[in-house]
Amino acid sequence: MTGFSERLKGWFGPEMAGPGLALVAVILVFGLVSPQFLSAATFGSVAFQLPELGLLTLAMLLPILTGGLNLAVTFTANIAGLTLAWVLQANGGADAGAGAFALGCVLAVMVGAASGVVMGLVIAFTRAHPILVSLSMMIFLRGLGEFLTRGGDVSGFPAFIGPLGHGSIAGIPVPLIVFIICVLAWHLLLTRTKLGFNTYMIGSNLEATRYSGINTRKVIVLVYTLSGAMCAIAGIIMLARFNSVRIGHGESYLLITVLACFLGGVNPFGGFGRVIPVFVALVVLQLLSSGLNLIGANQHLATAVWGLLLVGVMVLRFAASKFKISFVRKGT
Amino acid sequence: MQQLAITGGSEKPLLSLHDINMTFGGVKALKNVSFDVRPGEVHCLAGENGCGKSTLIKIITGVYRPADGASIEYDGETYSHMSPVTAQDRGIQVIWQDLALFPEMSVAENIAFQTVLGRWPKLVDYGRMRKIATDALKRLGITLDVDLPLKEYAIAQRQIVAIARALVGEAKLVFMDEPTASLTQSETDHLLDIVRGLSAAGVAVVFVSHRLAEVLEISSRITVLRDGALVGVYPAAGMTQSRITELMTGKTFDQQVRAKSRDDQPVVLEVKGLSRPGQFDDISLTVRRGETLGITGLLGAGRTELAQTLFGMLQPAAGAITLEGKPVHFSSNRDAIKAGVAYLSEDRLSLGLIQPQSIADNLVISSLGKIVSGGFLSDERKRKLVAGWIADLGVKIGQQGDAISTLSGGNQQRIAIAKWLATDPKLLILDAPTVGVDVGARAGIFDIVAKLAETGLAIILISDEVPEVYFNADRVLHMAQGRIVGSYDPRSVPLSEIEGAVYA
Repeated sequence: MTGFSERLKGWFGPEMAGPGLALVAVILVFGLVSPQFLSAATFGSVAFQLPELGLLTLAMLLPILTGGLNLAVTFTANIAGLTLAWVLQANGGADAGAGAFALGCVLAVMVGAASGVVMGLVIAFTRAHPILVSLSMMIFLRGLGEFLTRGGDVSGFPAFIGPLGHGSIAGIPVPLIVFIICVLAWHLLLTRTKLGFNTYMIGSNLEATRYSGINTRKVIVLVYTLSGAMCAIAGIIMLARFNSVRIGHGESYLLITVLACFLGGVNPFGGFGRVIPVFVALVVLQLLSSGLNLIGANQHLATAVWGLLLVGVMVLRFAASKFKISFVRKGT
Repeated sequence: MQQLAITGGSEKPLLSLHDINMTFGGVKALKNVSFDVRPGEVHCLAGENGCGKSTLIKIITGVYRPADGASIEYDGETYSHMSPVTAQDRGIQVIWQDLALFPEMSVAENIAFQTVLGRWPKLVDYGRMRKIATDALKRLGITLDVDLPLKEYAIAQRQIVAIARALVGEAKLVFMDEPTASLTQSETDHLLDIVRGLSAAGVAVVFVSHRLAEVLEISSRITVLRDGALVGVYPAAGMTQSRITELMTGKTFDQQVRAKSRDDQPVVLEVKGLSRPGQFDDISLTVRRGETLGITGLLGAGRTELAQTLFGMLQPAAGAITLEGKPVHFSSNRDAIKAGVAYLSEDRLSLGLIQPQSIADNLVISSLGKIVSGGFLSDERKRKLVAGWIADLGVKIGQQGDAISTLSGGNQQRIAIAKWLATDPKLLILDAPTVGVDVGARAGIFDIVAKLAETGLAIILISDEVPEVYFNADRVLHMAQGRIVGSYDPRSVPLSEIEGAVYA
């Protein structure tokens, strides 16, 4: 087992141990309890549910790595979704063509990114706390969305959008493909680009990063911009899955995205965290809720179990660090 | 205090430790160490980083429990180990290097909170706190506004607040861990006076310091540790700095003036009439290729502000900066780095290096362009670049991926220097490069500086320790109150003359 976890560390870094073990535990427990758990049906439902939460979590991840937070992820996603919906409606609703859809997607991503730019600029230049800034943005977007939609649903989209939410290519759900592409893009961004490198550095010490000659304001603005753009992609997928947009869609995902980041070993104060362990953490959360569903537990209980899981992970992590320190600690 | 009156000045120790062993994960941090402190004496605990000084203090104050067989005799009682509560109750106080104060709280709260805590009724009596604080400061002969938040005061005053807090607890034995590390000479002198006052009042003070001159000035006895073992206990009378260094490191050092004339070399940096109101005024200087220009002066003389202006972090109000004959205007430090200026911050912990991040990442952060391959950062290039610098500068590390905070001060500073050298600078500004670096490792840092100068790099060396600039720079400028008030050639002026001018 230690050999295995050492190898995992080699591949994914030390953050992988927690979610990796949780994954094994969840599969073992539910696999033993319910014979239907290890079936194509379970993995199919996980594969369709994972992307919405997953894309929003990716949007949350970048700001957390800089030591910030983006509380506006869900409303940014829905405002972006609304942008697409209106472009489709203005071009014939159910009869809208692929061109309208493409234009709508581009505009949706631009709207999402714009929300991020504004937050990034305010955070970078006023040094206001990201929680306050993104909370303000969240309230603004919710109010704006409710005003524009009068709190209702916008629906009536062309049929060809359906597969984006429900279809499969070669047996793999389309939303999952989109999500995996985004995971890989984020992984590449964080491990192989200057922007990713500087994101981690800023998360650990903004001033020291600035003294090192990094344009920290630019990095922060870009991080929130990318976060907003990722929200927009989540909004587009949500539109396709629900075949409608409502400003409150996925509201309960907000704090779960934060939870998924921490479960994936992301340091809540910034500076450390990787995409792949966060991905595994998301899979664990979905498997857990599917498994509980399968053994007939109430849906709300699944949410409660997610909370318990997180507390458990925190305690285990604390215990593990204590254990490690007692070996590493040296007197000076 | 009554007991002190009976035993005061006698040879019976206040604290006496025997057979102290301590092991951390297989590493022996202390080996059969014994240590004693007499009532009211000033005792110095000397040794390089990692020699076991802090571990020993933590055993005496109950933070760590020594291996079985240890005996701790303190003030008439014998313990096999201390607990933090016993140590505090019995009057053992520590002033850690980081002071452990609350910057947002008032001076009075910082000094008196421990005594006010836990009393009945559980209400905060601000009047009492203020009185306790004022009395404690009065004992030290200091006046501070006890209602101001501590953050309004400079580090030197905070130090005094920490001492005042220790005194409130009726201390008999006070440990001071590197108390002068961030103080200027005059502030240090003041602190040493306070320590003498404590000693005269019967409080024993154990002083831990890298600065050997003050160790010799203040202590009556010196205990030297090396690699967790006791080297010996020596009377301060008749001791010299070089002898202590030898005992601490087991090696011999002797310093020689390294200054040379570089007048035949082209000018790299020329500064004319540079001013920033309230910080520095009308600064003119030149640095040539291969030249090391020393700038010394007390803290607050404007040295760091001048350096940060040359590095583009601050903008001058007047004056001109010319780099290799071209006038330059830096709107940020990014411009300065591009133009070939590098600045090693005096504050390595919070500005110079990103402590939680890895050695490798800290080294490459300012020269990421060099590890890009095909548009993306290359781990392979990073590894090679880092390995090259680590070999060049003789840095001792475990893994490149280890956090930089796991390294000693000297090795951290080498990585910080490498980080700037990787940007191919023409001018390297070193601001207090030996702060928090061991005596033994300091010489290594200056050897690197000398080698860099030989390769043609222009260097500005800033330090408030006059001997450092005297022995390692080609010319020495003295800054005071934002102006350059003196210029010296170490080859023709004795050290004492510059020290006299600076510390006057």
